[in-house]
Amino acid sequence: MAEAKPADAHGADGETRRDFIFIAAGSVAAVGAAATAWPFVDQMNPAADTRALAITEVDLSAIEVGQQIKAIWQGKPVFVRHRTPAEIASAQRDDYASLKDPEKDADRIKQADGEPGKAEWLILQANCTHLGCVPLPSFDPAYKGQFGGWFCPCHGSDFDTSGRIRGGPAPINLRVAPFVYLNDTTIRIG
Amino acid sequence: MSGHSTYEPKSGFTRWLDKRLPIVRLTHDSFVAYPTPRNLNYWWTFGAILSLCLIVQIVTGIVLAMHYVPHIDHAFDSVQRIKRDVPYGWLIQPIHAVGASMFFLAVYIHMFRGLYYGSYKAPREVLWILGCLIYALMVATGFLGYTLPWGQMSFWGATVITSILGAIPFVGEPIQTWIAGGAAIDQPTLNRFFSLHYLLPFVIAGVVVLHIWALHEVGQNNPAGVEVKSKADTVPFTPHATMKDLFATSIFLILFAVFVFYMPDALGHADNYIRANPVQTPPEIVPEWYLLPFYAILRAFDFNIGPIDSRTAGVIAMFASIGVLFVLPWLDTSSVRSMRYRPAARQFFLIFVVVSCVLGWCGGQSPSVVLAKSGNYSGAVRWAEGGQLIEQPIVATSEAEYPAASRAAVSAMRERTEILLASRNGPTGGMVRATVGGTPRSIEVRADTREELDEKINEAKRSAFGGGAPFILVDHNIPFEFTVTRLSQLMTAYYFFFFLVLLPLLGLIEKPNRVPDTIAKPVTGQAQGAS
Repeated sequence: MAEAKPADAHGADGETRRDFIFIAAGSVAAVGAAATAWPFVDQMNPAADTRALAITEVDLSAIEVGQQIKAIWQGKPVFVRHRTPAEIASAQRDDYASLKDPEKDADRIKQADGEPGKAEWLILQANCTHLGCVPLPSFDPAYKGQFGGWFCPCHGSDFDTSGRIRGGPAPINLRVAPFVYLNDTTIRIG
Repeated sequence: MSGHSTYEPKSGFTRWLDKRLPIVRLTHDSFVAYPTPRNLNYWWTFGAILSLCLIVQIVTGIVLAMHYVPHIDHAFDSVQRIKRDVPYGWLIQPIHAVGASMFFLAVYIHMFRGLYYGSYKAPREVLWILGCLIYALMVATGFLGYTLPWGQMSFWGATVITSILGAIPFVGEPIQTWIAGGAAIDQPTLNRFFSLHYLLPFVIAGVVVLHIWALHEVGQNNPAGVEVKSKADTVPFTPHATMKDLFATSIFLILFAVFVFYMPDALGHADNYIRANPVQTPPEIVPEWYLLPFYAILRAFDFNIGPIDSRTAGVIAMFASIGVLFVLPWLDTSSVRSMRYRPAARQFFLIFVVVSCVLGWCGGQSPSVVLAKSGNYSGAVRWAEGGQLIEQPIVATSEAEYPAASRAAVSAMRERTEILLASRNGPTGGMVRATVGGTPRSIEVRADTREELDEKINEAKRSAFGGGAPFILVDHNIPFEFTVTRLSQLMTAYYFFFFLVLLPLLGLIEKPNRVPDTIAKPVTGQAQGAS
């Protein structure tokens, strides 16, 4: 092969066509490696059948006033609480109390599509917003709690009858589960 | 490896093999002729003990995996079946469970030894970092393994730890879902935790090989912290270190056996004998004992730091408490390795050991437990008997005006009576209720705990309402409480203070004692060679 100065043959600063090919090949290999790695990372995300379990229907007709049930939605418990008139009144009155995470009771019974809900039905994700424990109902005198809602046994978070945080370490209110009324006595969560 | 090989093959076969795969030579050079400092004490035997622990965990783990079923409906039962029905399962399962605790006990002693004798200092930085990596892998493996029996503590421990990751801003929740493989800890989580729990010990074994390789490259540190200078400073690994390691390992195995045979469950939590129940939280969620100090650091942050909320701050601090170990070689500025010759650093190190243990204790306690208080809990319930009840509505022109309107109404009423109560019942409306005239009455209560105070006040309220009070006023007087959380905060502060302030500063200002010139000198009295 004929000797030629790289600058003459391939441009300035000693850059050669081979450098370009190296970088191009390296880039393609890097993209290829990333594209190959992605399926192995993504396979750990929820599978199609797991995601398909994302909807739960609850029949409300069996829940008496003052009772609550725990429905299972996406493997996690959801409180479905049939509130008494006294509980509703105290939740609405406390809209103006001093709250850590201010929210009106009317906003916490809303359906997922933005339609207003019914004051007697409170549908909440049952995991404490602190570290995920399931709070105990404090309307049951066997359990503690100052505000008549729920009391978390793990670190003492105290929730009122609207599921709002009133004491203890939880940073925000119990989350409202996304739900809609299918008819008067059935809701769909998810 | 220092010096040339002294291995001489004895037989025809070993001569033949040595030319093709010098594995016998490698073993001889690493574990027989290898020169070890002659002043090593028993704190140096934990490397051998840890190797044994890893082998025990891998062997028992492989056996358990032959019988364990990683399914949420069968996992709990399959562990019980191993203990009850599988031949010698009653022995092998507790060896694995207790073995995890023994592994951590040994690794903590090994790490404290490295800290005290400055084994992380040049040229052993990479050796130390590999060790930290092994420890981090052990923590991950231990956490994954604790999930597998699928008891209540398994399930809720995994829930709490994954929701800790969920606290990371922006990426937290996708990461949490990615790790759990769903919205909650469930079958996909258990399945992958089993797979990873099987994988990680072999990764640990790989890093252990690197750790030993690095060790043999730079040579062992020793209690004097002085580098090996001549042959007089060392003895051959076999028989000296071999026998010492074997003796220490035997003592360690006695402790191991006491737990396995007489109290296999002493280091675990009773709630893990209850099958995992996603809708019922156990009253206390605690990790295994060896992670308690980090759990205490996590929970010490019950306050926000500027824009960082308390939960995220706790997560950052917990990871930082392990992360700081990785950069330790560059934090300690002292040129003297061994704390034997650092009178001030030694005191602070001993405090550090105590602090680490206290953090462990804090991690196992309920955070709100009151350890000390400045006085008694007291309270009063006040009302008026008889008199005239006045109800004065508060009307504000807008929602923003309400506080001002409320204050004005209250102060107007206060001129007439002290027994008054304002309450808000709408965006712009409220009510001041007051009693004018009548006899002021009050019930004062005292208590030793908050719960007792609440109970006594409720009792007083009931009797006040029973006496016809239209409304009551309640005063609480809570003394300053020194809780487990406060103690954890103090201990956490010292933990970071030790690494980030004391070690960098002491190296610059401390006047160390005289360090011996050679290892042999303090051991043999004079530098006279072998004794």
